[in-house]
Amino acid sequence: MKNIYKFFLSSIAALAIFLTSAQADSIRIGTEGAYPPWNAKDESGKLIGFEVELANFLCIYMQADCTIVEQDWDGMIPGLIMRKYDAIMAGMSITDERMKTINFSQGYADEVASLAVMKGSPLEGMDTPKAINLSIGGGDVKKALKTLTAALAGKTIGVQTATIHQNFLESGDVGSVKVRTYKTQDEVNLDLAAGRIDAALAAAVAFTDYAEKSGKPVVLVGPTFSGGAFGNGVGVGIRKDDTDLLKKFNKAINTARKNGKISELAIKWFGFDASM
Amino acid sequence: MDINFALEHFPRLLKATKLTIELTLLSLFFGIFVGVFFAILRTSKNKILFFIAYYYSYILRGTPLLVQIFIIYFGLAQIEWIRESFLWIFLKEPYSCAILAFTLNTGAYTSEIFRSAFETINKGIVEAANGLGLSKLNTFFKIKLPIAIRQSLPAYGNEMILMLKGTSLASTVTLLDLTGVAKHIISTTFRPVEVFIIAGSIYLIMTFVVHNFIKFLERRYDYN
Repeated sequence: MKNIYKFFLSSIAALAIFLTSAQADSIRIGTEGAYPPWNAKDESGKLIGFEVELANFLCIYMQADCTIVEQDWDGMIPGLIMRKYDAIMAGMSITDERMKTINFSQGYADEVASLAVMKGSPLEGMDTPKAINLSIGGGDVKKALKTLTAALAGKTIGVQTATIHQNFLESGDVGSVKVRTYKTQDEVNLDLAAGRIDAALAAAVAFTDYAEKSGKPVVLVGPTFSGGAFGNGVGVGIRKDDTDLLKKFNKAINTARKNGKISELAIKWFGFDASM
Repeated sequence: MDINFALEHFPRLLKATKLTIELTLLSLFFGIFVGVFFAILRTSKNKILFFIAYYYSYILRGTPLLVQIFIIYFGLAQIEWIRESFLWIFLKEPYSCAILAFTLNTGAYTSEIFRSAFETINKGIVEAANGLGLSKLNTFFKIKLPIAIRQSLPAYGNEMILMLKGTSLASTVTLLDLTGVAKHIISTTFRPVEVFIIAGSIYLIMTFVVHNFIKFLERRYDYN
């Protein structure tokens, strides 16, 4: 009986040491692990991707002990607020909507969004400029949105839930399209390939990555989008009261930009320099 | 808990409850036919029919409903000849995929409930019916089935509640049922606590109604 008590008490002690040591001066970074090439998982379940590698470098510059925590996208911001982790690096664009709830570091990479369809879709060959910036606006943007509104009328478009892409489609800028929301980008891609949805909207690299890996004839159509509902680049999400951590991240991002690390990793994962 | 915030989003959740109720009722309705059909097969002396019914129930009860709905929705859509067949008209829509998955699932449980109910019928009653000269069909519909239905009421009530809660998985295939809309609201407000408490309460009220409805039936058809 005594031995059992001893075992029990020592287990609790060991657990307590384990828990406290895990919290000592370490930063937990939340990521989704399902948005390649930003963040993903390899076959063995290990987290990989642009942001996973960048996070490791930022932690070295901050001289901090980091752990990367996986979190489903739809619970990303609630998870930060509930202190499951201290920072978000998950391809999350800096938007006014999100700034109401959390803070962002300066942007570290640019994300351009694009519509994608299957080859042979009637949406191919839309007559729009190559890129539109909703923050700048002007006649070209208005005209492009008009073209899109006409082309997308009555079409079903798939997006990942709680994204800038969902917000944009629901903003009414392209009329009243039928929006179908998915838990992960993988599921959006699957239904696009299966023909359940007429088009999908996400980061352009998410589609090119999928087309390359699956061999499915997914093609980008229409303009690439930035600004407005699409935010101002991707940054590190941090709780509003964590101003110290915000400063640390901003400093580390500066270092990584100046020494070329962000560019290097962007070229490695995206195939082009998406650093900002 | 912020009451104003809760009140602001309550109407949207209530509206989504309609789809939850619809999915539950349709699945249970089709599930009863599937269940009775397979329960009868289970009493069959034909070995092949018995095995089909046995393994249908075994597989559908032995795998998670989430896996089943994923296989039907995402899995079947990967197979090209299915996409090119007439089945695709049906399988293309998340709504019909959800109904199909729920029906097959509740059908398996219902078949088990009915099977055990049929098995508990006193042999003497069946012999008495035979003695009175009732045909096999008459014995089934006028004697066995009513007794089996009454016997299975408590267990079936339980299944209704499980199915009602199970429909929350419809949100995983893009449907905006009660859970789907709750997640949708959370994705823009980032406030899971309030929204899930309201959604949970609506589920609780619905299960309360089902629970008491079954209790009423049990008392109404009490044969003691």
